[in-house]
Amino acid sequence: MTTVTNKNETGGDVRLSGISKTYDNGFTAVQPLDLTVPQGSFFALLGASGCGKTTTLRMIAGLEEPTTGTVFLGDQEVTNLPPYKRPVNTVFQSYALFPHLDIFENVAFGLRRRGIKSVKKQVEDMLELVQLGEQARKKPHQLSGGQQQRVAVARALINHPKVLLLDEPLGALDLKLRRQMQLELKRIQTEVGITFVHVTHDQEEAMTMADTVAVMNAGRVEQLGSPTDLYENPHTTFVANFLGTSNLIEAEVDTKNGDDIVLKAGGGKLVLPESRCSAPTTTGGKVLVGVRPEKISLTHADDAGEIPEGRNRITGKIANSSFIGVSTQYVIDSAVCPEFEVYVQNIERDSRLVPGADVVLHWSPAHTFGLDAAQDIDAGVEEGAAA
Amino acid sequence: MPFVNWLKRNLVVIAGLLTLGYLLLPNVVVTVFSFNKPKGRFNYEWQQFSTDAWKDPCGVADMCGSLSISLQIAAFATIGATILGTMIAFALVRYRFRARGAVNSLIFLPMAMPEVVMAASLLTLFLNMGAQLGFWTILIAHIMFCLSFVVTAVKARVMSMDPRLEQAAQDLYAGPFQTFVRVTLPIAAPGIAAGALLAFALSFDDFIITNFNAGSTVTFPMFVWGSAQRGTPVQINVIGTAMFLVAVLLVLTSMVITNRRNKQKA
Repeated sequence: MTTVTNKNETGGDVRLSGISKTYDNGFTAVQPLDLTVPQGSFFALLGASGCGKTTTLRMIAGLEEPTTGTVFLGDQEVTNLPPYKRPVNTVFQSYALFPHLDIFENVAFGLRRRGIKSVKKQVEDMLELVQLGEQARKKPHQLSGGQQQRVAVARALINHPKVLLLDEPLGALDLKLRRQMQLELKRIQTEVGITFVHVTHDQEEAMTMADTVAVMNAGRVEQLGSPTDLYENPHTTFVANFLGTSNLIEAEVDTKNGDDIVLKAGGGKLVLPESRCSAPTTTGGKVLVGVRPEKISLTHADDAGEIPEGRNRITGKIANSSFIGVSTQYVIDSAVCPEFEVYVQNIERDSRLVPGADVVLHWSPAHTFGLDAAQDIDAGVEEGAAA
Repeated sequence: MPFVNWLKRNLVVIAGLLTLGYLLLPNVVVTVFSFNKPKGRFNYEWQQFSTDAWKDPCGVADMCGSLSISLQIAAFATIGATILGTMIAFALVRYRFRARGAVNSLIFLPMAMPEVVMAASLLTLFLNMGAQLGFWTILIAHIMFCLSFVVTAVKARVMSMDPRLEQAAQDLYAGPFQTFVRVTLPIAAPGIAAGALLAFALSFDDFIITNFNAGSTVTFPMFVWGSAQRGTPVQINVIGTAMFLVAVLLVLTSMVITNRRNKQKA
């Protein structure tokens, strides 16, 4: 038991190198993967179910043995340590609270197993942190879902792990409670300063809570970065479609103009900053041009002359519009893309913008991103919508 | 018409009461006749109220000796069958091994086998092995036929256990032994207790298998059977009633304890 937590130790990075998992039945859940989670950060593994995110988490916890690769916690290699010797704790999906123990004993469990005698003060403080001081003598089944969730967090956090692993911890809660618990978890993380690795399929949850998000797909990390970075500058079609919505247009590289690339798409020209293009750009090569629906402005064709110079433009016809309240969502039928999505803030509503109207879509080149055209243009669409 | 309406409204209650009566009437007879003072040797007709038998429960020769043997066998059989049965149940639910499916069905064989056939075959087996019939042969036989019931009871409980609970325990620094003692065992306890109670009850009143394999040893059911040929002492009813009372008392106590605990918690 000497290997268990030493919180004074510095360097609590989680380092996975070349880690992979292939099950006995031949299914490879995680492809060889390198990942570093910096100490003290809130890190999210985001992906649809079956993408390998939970398996990755369980390999850090020691509940799953990696087929290849190593797991480091700080300077300590833990690849072959059983879970009860690793200084990490897990908040399980559906919590896995011990039904035969009361809340106090559930939270004290880890301390007692490490032979700590006076647990009362620590447990009470921890229950206070998660606002459950009154419930100490109740059994888990007497608490609501949100309270059980907080017990699960307290039971793990009280051990001051180097890393706290959260496996879809909010999946069982209803929407309102989930939003509330997201803020709560974020607050606790800031307060205790422990590294959190959070597995979720909910892109909004990942973006609200995490400092860094790794988007996983089919056992690989598609892209890793801050939520804004991933959203504004996706590198693959999967990320572009899984995180929010993207309009993707097939285009051909025409010329280069300084730092910008000029592309041909459906008879028109589009400008894309080279730094925002993750694909090779040889003249005549294909590129997928992307833009987020809320970056686009919508102008009636009669006023096309008022659009400033230098903006990317596409003409089309409104196919559909739905009024959401804060915004109106339009679907535009255009030559380059039959279902171009545009979200317009409801500031001054132009009464001419109704289905059937001819419109010009325009946006700043700086909001354009370019992707490799060799990919599936619809990758991640359904998974993103389902989440 | 009003009667028909009344009947319609109370049909469920009436059916319930009738079934309960059907279930409990034999117990009432046992209890009532423990206060009888029969004229002859047979306690089959009500004569007059008396507490003679209750004042002298061991007044019949050899009866309390046989009761003591039965209680001992039941206790040992319960312990043996519960330990083995629990281990079998865990193995069947938790581990994938060769012939698991076969073991899963074979474990029910003793339940399905007609008891008389089983009893006779066991006697054949013991005689061929040259075993001395008596306390030990009875005990071995009882553990054997109680096992299936314990396995069934414990298996149901273990199957409904979330394996993540044990993973959570491991995650919280409990080694394999600690995990078993602190988490697995307490959660499986109700199933194990149910299996143990079943084993005790089955062993205590088994007659057929015991009768074949007892040699000169006499258990309580054998004593009752034997005395029924010559006359039934009232003391038999006293023992029966006492057992019934002990069982009811245990159930009531456990109910009171859980109630009180829940009230304190709430």
